[in-house]
Amino acid sequence: MTPFTTVTGVAAALPTPNIDTDVIMPKQFLKRIDRAGLAIGAFHDLRFDTDGQTRPDFVLNRAPYNQAKFLICGDNFGCGSSREYAVWGLQQLGIRAIIAPSISGIFFGNCEKNGLLAITLPPGDVDLLMAHADTPRTALMTIDLDAQTITAGPLRIGFDIPAARKALLLSGADHIQQTLDRAATITEFEAKQAATRHWLWARG
Amino acid sequence: MPRTLYEKLVDQHVVATIDDSHVLLYVDFHVMNEYTSPQAFAGLHSAHRPVRRPRAHLAVVDHVNPTRPITDLSQIEDAGGRLQIETLSANCARHGIQLFDLFDPRQGIEHVVVPENGFAWPGMVIACGDSHTTTYGAFGALAFGIGTSEIEHVLATQTLVYKVLKPMQVRIDGALPTGTSAKDIVMAFVERVGAAGASGFAVEFTGTTIDALSVEARMTLCNMAVEAGARAALIAPDQKVFDDLAGRPQAPKGAALADALRDWQDLRSDPDAAFARVVEIDTRAIAPLVTWGTSPDQSAPITARIPAPQGAGDQRALDYMGLDAGQPLDSIAIDRAFIGSCTNARIEDLRRAAAILDGRTVADGVTAIVVPGSKQVRAMAEAEGLDAIFKAAGFDWRGAGCSMCLAMNDDVAASGERCASSTNRNFEGRQGRGARTHLMSPEMVAAAAVTGTLTDVRTLMKATP
Repeated sequence: MTPFTTVTGVAAALPTPNIDTDVIMPKQFLKRIDRAGLAIGAFHDLRFDTDGQTRPDFVLNRAPYNQAKFLICGDNFGCGSSREYAVWGLQQLGIRAIIAPSISGIFFGNCEKNGLLAITLPPGDVDLLMAHADTPRTALMTIDLDAQTITAGPLRIGFDIPAARKALLLSGADHIQQTLDRAATITEFEAKQAATRHWLWARG
Repeated sequence: MPRTLYEKLVDQHVVATIDDSHVLLYVDFHVMNEYTSPQAFAGLHSAHRPVRRPRAHLAVVDHVNPTRPITDLSQIEDAGGRLQIETLSANCARHGIQLFDLFDPRQGIEHVVVPENGFAWPGMVIACGDSHTTTYGAFGALAFGIGTSEIEHVLATQTLVYKVLKPMQVRIDGALPTGTSAKDIVMAFVERVGAAGASGFAVEFTGTTIDALSVEARMTLCNMAVEAGARAALIAPDQKVFDDLAGRPQAPKGAALADALRDWQDLRSDPDAAFARVVEIDTRAIAPLVTWGTSPDQSAPITARIPAPQGAGDQRALDYMGLDAGQPLDSIAIDRAFIGSCTNARIEDLRRAAAILDGRTVADGVTAIVVPGSKQVRAMAEAEGLDAIFKAAGFDWRGAGCSMCLAMNDDVAASGERCASSTNRNFEGRQGRGARTHLMSPEMVAAAAVTGTLTDVRTLMKATP
């Protein structure tokens, strides 16, 4: 996956709480066996009307937010369905990071696995960033993952991230290979479980 | 040190500790469907990795298939959906993974099929690329939804990098009032704590109400706990669960079962175990609930009026739903009625709905369909004559699948249409672009179908048809 180090770009505010993955990636874009061609699906019904025309009332359709790399979101962003298509679509739309007071569990994990940086901040900090994003003149921000900072003009906000996840995002390393490097430990666990809870191995 | 049930289940499955908040967790059983797994297999293939333990997986076709009868995949008009079904079949054949394909008599919604065939046992960790995997918590299994990258991770390693949650106890005591069921309990819980209220928590449901619930009702409860953000929902397994499992095809048998039963006795929270949060719900306050908005926590008793909006989110929801604050909920006319989904399409759900429909007919102008949770549920309902009741009432009696719960197949509501639905999500566009969903129990859907308006099911329980 693409490493995340330092990224500068426009931030767009999506203050509505509980934006779910059905809204982020509607059902008609889920009928595929690859990860491609999903940019058109991202926020589709918010971006386009039923005739396929661009809706000027949606923030990501307006300059400079049509170039947004960051989304400053309301509570519980990404709730609902587990569909990873939502994350792939956001990335294909050019989004590199999501910042919200809370981000739904499965969506958060999906972001992490694809190198989309998901940051949770106290509501007061999110409000500050949203105020900056709301004004085109101050919407440009920089996220430095190594320093764990978000900078927007004079505003500088720190964020927490567990060391293991940070390392994975910085390097863009293969998360499956990291676990396969522990294969011997997994085998050991399996042997122990097969001895102590043998019924779990009745199916093989 | 006393531990909660959740902590015991995690402890039993820790392969390695990663950091303060993450462990490498062993996955005993993994379930896949046709729409979230293709890219996981593709990733596995491009990295030339084998499936570590093929017998620990099950695949089921459920999300994209039509619910009208077909005899061959070529009859599926939707090329993308057909390709996903064919791809699942090819991937399972390649890796020796068990598949319930569209024409298997055991096919149905994954979260109905898995318990009904006895795949979900107490003490297991079960993962699946679907958020409603929390369903299996009804058996005392730690079960949760994962994304496609994590599916690939489970296929390759039989483990997941897992963020350990905080335990939350939800205590519910007392008898369930007439006309209410597990759906109303879980909707009351979601309304109480909010759509993100259990985010970061593993919920354990306890109390005399839970003890009295059937295993199927417990599945409804655990299934929809995810709508409060819970990544896990649990109920300590009891004799009801052990009895339910006994005799199911994939359940342990003989000496293995005897040993398992001894082990499962310990699957309960210790008396002094500490929960990070405790929520108490009094069943006397539970009434038949319906949602009025576009988030599952936006619900109210059917006897109430739509509450005044608390902020921009509520107003946006009312605008989408075409409703006004102050409007009585039981004045809202519907266009469609849908009984189905992994939340409410098991045999007990169909029985309760049929009891309301018996001797009544669907109101003029309402399109009503019932989609049994599995082919086995469908066959059972037909053996009991429930299909005749649904059909006589004017419901379309369909084949098994997810259907109009998320409308990935051709069961879609049109823009502006209002649907009384026994499903789990009332999100914008969920049942079709512009479609308006009201969540409720299957018996409440039946009541709405016959009156043409959201209706207090209790009024029909008293009246003679």
